[in-house]
Amino acid sequence: MKNQEARARLRRLLQSQPLGVLAVGGTETMHATLVAIAATEDLRQVILATSRATRKFELMRRNPRAALLVDDRTNQVSDFRDAQAATAHGLAAEVEAGNMEEMRALYLGRHPYLEEFVRAPTCALMSIAVETYDLVGNFQEVHVLRVGDGLAASD
Amino acid sequence: MDWLRPIESLTASDRKVAGGKAVNLGALARAGLTVPRACVLVEAAYREFVDLSGLRGRMLIEFNRKRLQQMRWEEMWDASLRIRHMFASALWPAEAQARVGTALQATFGDAAVAVRSSAPEEDTARASFAGIHASFVNVRGPDSVLEHVKLVWASLFSDGALLYARELGLDVLSSSMAVVVQELVSGDCSGVAFTQSPTREDQAVIEAVHGLNQGLVDGVIAPDRWVLSRATGEVVTHEPATRDRHVVADAAGVVVEPLPDAARTRPPLDAARLSRVWGAAAEIERLFGSAQDVEWTFAGDELFVLQARPITTLKAADIDPDRAWYLSLRRSYENLEWLRARVEDEHLPAMAREADALARQEPSALSDTELDGEVERRRGIYRKWHDVYWEEMIPLAHGVRLFGELYNTAMAPEDPYEFVQLLEGGSLRGLERNDRLLDLADRVGRATASDRGHDETALDPATQGELETLLAELGGTFQATPDTRADWVRLLSRMARRVRQPKVRRRERSRELEQRYLDRFQGQERERARGILDLARASYRLRDDDNLYLGRIEVQVQAAEAEQRRRGRAPADTPKDPEVSEELALTAAGLRPRTPADSAPADASLRARQLLGQPAGPGVARGRARVVRSRDDLFEFEENEVLVCDAVDPNMTFVVPLARAVVERRGGMLIHGAIIAREYGLPCVTGIPDATDQISTGDELTVDGFLGIVTVHTPAS
Repeated sequence: MKNQEARARLRRLLQSQPLGVLAVGGTETMHATLVAIAATEDLRQVILATSRATRKFELMRRNPRAALLVDDRTNQVSDFRDAQAATAHGLAAEVEAGNMEEMRALYLGRHPYLEEFVRAPTCALMSIAVETYDLVGNFQEVHVLRVGDGLAASD
Repeated sequence: MDWLRPIESLTASDRKVAGGKAVNLGALARAGLTVPRACVLVEAAYREFVDLSGLRGRMLIEFNRKRLQQMRWEEMWDASLRIRHMFASALWPAEAQARVGTALQATFGDAAVAVRSSAPEEDTARASFAGIHASFVNVRGPDSVLEHVKLVWASLFSDGALLYARELGLDVLSSSMAVVVQELVSGDCSGVAFTQSPTREDQAVIEAVHGLNQGLVDGVIAPDRWVLSRATGEVVTHEPATRDRHVVADAAGVVVEPLPDAARTRPPLDAARLSRVWGAAAEIERLFGSAQDVEWTFAGDELFVLQARPITTLKAADIDPDRAWYLSLRRSYENLEWLRARVEDEHLPAMAREADALARQEPSALSDTELDGEVERRRGIYRKWHDVYWEEMIPLAHGVRLFGELYNTAMAPEDPYEFVQLLEGGSLRGLERNDRLLDLADRVGRATASDRGHDETALDPATQGELETLLAELGGTFQATPDTRADWVRLLSRMARRVRQPKVRRRERSRELEQRYLDRFQGQERERARGILDLARASYRLRDDDNLYLGRIEVQVQAAEAEQRRRGRAPADTPKDPEVSEELALTAAGLRPRTPADSAPADASLRARQLLGQPAGPGVARGRARVVRSRDDLFEFEENEVLVCDAVDPNMTFVVPLARAVVERRGGMLIHGAIIAREYGLPCVTGIPDATDQISTGDELTVDGFLGIVTVHTPAS
């Protein structure tokens, strides 16, 4: 698979899927949770929103290393041929004030029904700064895309 | 829902559920023609079976390894074999087995039946699928019928069907199939009638054999052939066949037997019977309103119509020549035995003689004009043998498939490739050469250990002589030049230091499997089973050796061309058939030259982590990759590296004993690389697209030869 094709596949997947599974934790506990997502055009950041009272927020605060799985399975047997999945690996942090407007607009552009939730003072808008994506297709074929090098530049 | 329906109840609107063959038989029965008692297992049974047994998902994963459009014919054959095995080993759901079994028992009891495919697309004017889907004759009892139904279903994925599907752009996974179960009529004379000749619209053709028509349909028994006038039914010509054998039913199927003397001189049809066959065929053509291909048999004085289908409108010119060639690879045992005799007794000795004769003619001794002529002559000789290779040697490889199918049907092994163990351990020329090379390596190792470096002058004359002999056999880019010799001495010294692996001892297991296999058969069947195993062994060996013979001739072409170049008379480019280059990989000793795409700078931001190919040699190993693209890469090969290449050519087999595993782009279980890897007990994965682009020398790999997966580790892991 060529880089161009990998990026196109990844972008299609991230743009078509409203939800992903966020995995966070530390040495003593692991936690996986379904979250609403939006990715930046250069694919370097994935945005999600969470209440500050949640376990995932607390875990991200203690250990920012996070993984996020996005896939287009339909829960049919045909998924074994057709489903695509990508796991983003990176560091999670609250969106900084300087970027807040832009990231909130991006996020609400994907999920306009979450406006009230996102604007609540108890809600944290989190950004995962993605280092790599594992792209899985054909059931078991895996490629690793490092987004730090040249991805946005060659766009 | 009632899965088993009598054919008389079918109408044209049932084509989708009952398939073309069943619907046509129903129409014949209703029109008053004599057809054997039959019913159809509707296609819903297929769909439910593949869903309940989990086969649909397993097939999906199978076709996931590689899309049909990307597969080479050998990969289709492998996929087909695996799927056939999946069907054979899948169990009928208990309720369905009881329900259908009871209905079959009530209809046929323990009478012998034929179990035939009846796919919805079959037997239409557009696509006949003739000979692509399976039929079985002389099957007895509900349990055996149900087992054979699974094999008929599996033939939806026969290699021929896959090729056809690819050509027509059909989605094989969404296809389905009904099955006709038809009482077997033990005919004493059978045949086929074409109501319109493929070559003349005003003529019809009738072919007939003594005994069952299975032999005619499979091409095992040559028929008598009559050409008739369509207008009058009068005989235009009669071509008698050499009548020496016929197909008869035996305890569990059919066998070919010598024809009794009395029948040898008598045509299968007399004038009266010929006329009855033509009358029935013409009636069937009127019934369906188009030219028909009718299978029939006489039992006593009764004429039975076994099936009728429209003569497909596909003109010969419309058939993809590649598919026609691929389909010609499916040969009968008898045909393959004939081919084997041709290849072993005639072609290979003739090729060796030809190569020796060419080797004696020294190009440097020729004048310029003579040399030009010699190059052309050598190319002509190469082309001649190349054609023989494609027309007779590659088809002989089907001997392995024939045995594989028989073995899997008889033994129902867990591993669909268990049969390969019975073929291994023979005397492959590449392995014999490797053994000599390893002996030589030990001698070179002792000589160079005396600290005189990797210099050929360290070798005694006998060792040098042996090295020269081996280099001459390898030919091509390995031929003796000062540089090559130094490289060789270096490589051989490295080979001498290798850790001695215990030789893979599989002979005992192979003998045990052989005994178990033969014990499954008795009497005449046992002899046939033994014969097919013997044929398969020859076929396996030749599949590997034949391109070495062709390689020897190509070396002589190259030698003359090299002399032309040396004199500044650049040889004209010989147009190369890409498939030929692919299959034989003879250029540059099988190493794929770098294409512009290969030479593009690697994109560091994307790398393969896990690649999917075909499991072609069982085992798992982890090691450093050595991507071999050139002669120099081969000489850099270190012990315990994983050989990653486009295709293992017979001329590069010598590095395999140093390797820990083998990965290649070219796919297939029975390609050279896979055969050699298994002989050395190495894990092997084949059919990884762009393997040499996706993997780099130095990458740490895990090669899983059980699952066909290659994992590229990150340095930290």
